[in-house]
Amino acid sequence: MEGDGLHLNIDYVGSSGIILSPEQKAALQTSLIILQNENKFNTVYFWGKISGVKDDYFLAQGVSKNEFDTRKTFYSKDCIHWGLLPPATKSMRDVSKLAKGRFTGDPSYEYEHVEVKKIGEGDDATEEEETVTIKEENRLASVVADIDDDVRIVPRAAYVKTPTGTVISNRSFEGLSVSESAKLCNYTHFREPKLLIEKSLLERANLDKAIDFMDCVEGDIPRGSWSLQFERGSGLVTLRSLLWQGYTFFHVPGSRRFGSVYFGTGEKNLDLPFML
Amino acid sequence: MSSTQQTEVGSKPSTPQTEGSAPISTKENEFIKAKSYLLTASTNTGINLYDHLSRVLTRVLDERPDNVADVIEDISKDTKRSKFTSDTDTVQDKLDKSTEVALAQLQKKLFSKGEGEEDEAQPDEEVETPLPNLMELCFYFEQAAIGLNREEVIRVWLALKNLVDNHPLQHVRFWGKVLGTEQNYYVAEVEYREGDEEEEEEEEEEQNEEDSTEKDEADEGEEEETEEDDFPKPEFKAPASPPKEDNRTGVNKKTYFVCNEPGKPWIKLPAVTPTQISGARKIKKFFTGRLDAPVVCYPPFVGNESNYLRAQIARISAGTHISPLGFYQFDEEEEEEEEGEARDHFVENLDFEGISVRDLVDPLLTNWVHHVQHILPQGRCTWWNPVQKSEDDYEDEDEEEEREEPDEPEPEVGPPLLTPIAEDDEIGGMSPWTPKLSSNLIPQYSISVMHSNLWPGAHAFAIEKKFENIYIGYGHKYAQDTYSPVPPPPVQEEFPSGPEITEYEDPTPEEEAALRAAQQEAAEAAEEMEDAEEEEDEEDN
Repeated sequence: MEGDGLHLNIDYVGSSGIILSPEQKAALQTSLIILQNENKFNTVYFWGKISGVKDDYFLAQGVSKNEFDTRKTFYSKDCIHWGLLPPATKSMRDVSKLAKGRFTGDPSYEYEHVEVKKIGEGDDATEEEETVTIKEENRLASVVADIDDDVRIVPRAAYVKTPTGTVISNRSFEGLSVSESAKLCNYTHFREPKLLIEKSLLERANLDKAIDFMDCVEGDIPRGSWSLQFERGSGLVTLRSLLWQGYTFFHVPGSRRFGSVYFGTGEKNLDLPFML
Repeated sequence: MSSTQQTEVGSKPSTPQTEGSAPISTKENEFIKAKSYLLTASTNTGINLYDHLSRVLTRVLDERPDNVADVIEDISKDTKRSKFTSDTDTVQDKLDKSTEVALAQLQKKLFSKGEGEEDEAQPDEEVETPLPNLMELCFYFEQAAIGLNREEVIRVWLALKNLVDNHPLQHVRFWGKVLGTEQNYYVAEVEYREGDEEEEEEEEEEQNEEDSTEKDEADEGEEEETEEDDFPKPEFKAPASPPKEDNRTGVNKKTYFVCNEPGKPWIKLPAVTPTQISGARKIKKFFTGRLDAPVVCYPPFVGNESNYLRAQIARISAGTHISPLGFYQFDEEEEEEEEGEARDHFVENLDFEGISVRDLVDPLLTNWVHHVQHILPQGRCTWWNPVQKSEDDYEDEDEEEEREEPDEPEPEVGPPLLTPIAEDDEIGGMSPWTPKLSSNLIPQYSISVMHSNLWPGAHAFAIEKKFENIYIGYGHKYAQDTYSPVPPPPVQEEFPSGPEITEYEDPTPEEEAALRAAQQEAAEAAEEMEDAEEEEDEEDN
């Protein structure tokens, strides 16, 4: 959700129980501007909140010109002082998956994971315990990266890829129509495409290279991992991810207003296949 | 590439070569092809690119805007838009009946005061209304960043007012919102006025009876058919399930109404049975938003989504409805009467002074108490003894004796009512509640908030003498480990093999003949014996 106009846009996701207190809204309005200015960002996005047992993390992201470039992620516990999160590397993300349970709210907290390894073969096998420690700050960075990768979505044609490869917001995007917005194929994952290259040539023949450069949400596995609902009749469309419970996307059909935000515990819903 | 260049070059005063002139060169041929392609009209809008481009360029040259290369897309769009289209479209002239309009018309009723009500409005004010001040509660919840949009709350409030007007209610509360995959549920928690509920239920039952008699008849018909087939009936009898708790007691103490959208009719949820509660504990399913949707799961759940929703509401209420210590107290008169039994009745403590916000957010959690009864593993709030029931059941006495007399089962005991939440079980080393102040910057005016970690989405606030609980979420309990469904029951043992089910080889014809001969002989011998006996008898007589 874009930093400017946050106090207006946050109302669109209020029906999912996502609310900022007036104090938080006021604080964010102030601090996000400063964050944008100090880091020379083109746009600052309010990313959401990950609630911990003792304290919560508020998260914001800044981007320069190219929207696809690695974003810088910041976290804050009081909505005023922002700290930079380390970029999530592949190894960091793999290790962070081992951490179990809720976030505590203390970035320096260390999770411990005991891994039992078998050494040797047959009867000589001995079990050896190896303890992996995971810092909460790293876990936070990985979870943000995972959520961005798995569920961050935008309406189709809201962004275009220029011939030079940069991704910018589409000047002539006028929003999806009501009937279009009811279909999952009109939303795309805002990430480097993963599934697009697997499509056959025939399927790709009719794609517009400037617009259809991202994966479409329709093919997400398992089917039904998105809950699409119209609110206010058809005046607002809300998509909630059931994979990352708490990720909510909104779009006002026929307008350029869209955005998404994550308010949750930062735990992936691994039980999803049983719950549908 | 080449064709576009040619078009640009040739598009000045270009007229296609007239027929009959000198033979067309290949270059010109290509040019004609390109131009005819550009002149192809779109099947959707009916315009062609050639005319469009010429219009755009004319416009650019007319207006001469700055940085034309940056805004060419906009000009192009604008030109397309300004093309004349007829307004008299028969389809568009029809009244727009989109879902948005339909809902707005539905909700408009909420905002109207109703006919003839205006005169009565003034005396109504004196009568105490069970309608809560939802906006005030919303204000407090908003301080704590919990709840819903204000506009939405107003709509819910008006819908609750509607509910109060149409039912004889003593107490109404906005319980919360349960998110579903297709639609959401707004849940209202109500208590009927003494005696009024029965009346209403009787009316409902009368209607139901009519339906059920029809159904019974249908069932009977089916049964007869099955009897003809004479299926073997299983001897297994399921252990008797605990009976449902009466209205106004235990898990059915309150009644719940739900609706999908404020303004739509409120639907009363059926009372919950212990079997449904224990069934709901074993499954984890998303709500769809349709009350009549089946709950497809393993182990199978008895009932449809309305029953599942009701069971989850009961579980969430029992787990997360908390109030400041001392706000409620037990009725002293009643206390003496029923000693030994768990007390299930409490009254508001009129002398309650309020607990300071600092004490309420104390991490020891001793200043908050549960005011909804704990649900026992059986699925009831008061324990029900399954043994005594089975004795006066209709089972054969012989069977009873054969079976080992089951020991008197240990009664299940839960924490009594108004137990401090400090005694709640931890969730894998994590505290079940997170206390918080609504503001760290202005602590003197902040309120105390409790977030449940066991049921994410359940919250409570308290300040001075006010407190409230709310739930907004998917209706699932938090578990540190991933959910795994109950494994299927073990494979049944095979029937013990004995002579009666052992297979033998068929006898050969010779053997059969031998047997038949032997039988005949035996029969003859027997006849002779009988004759002899008869003779003897006769002789005796």
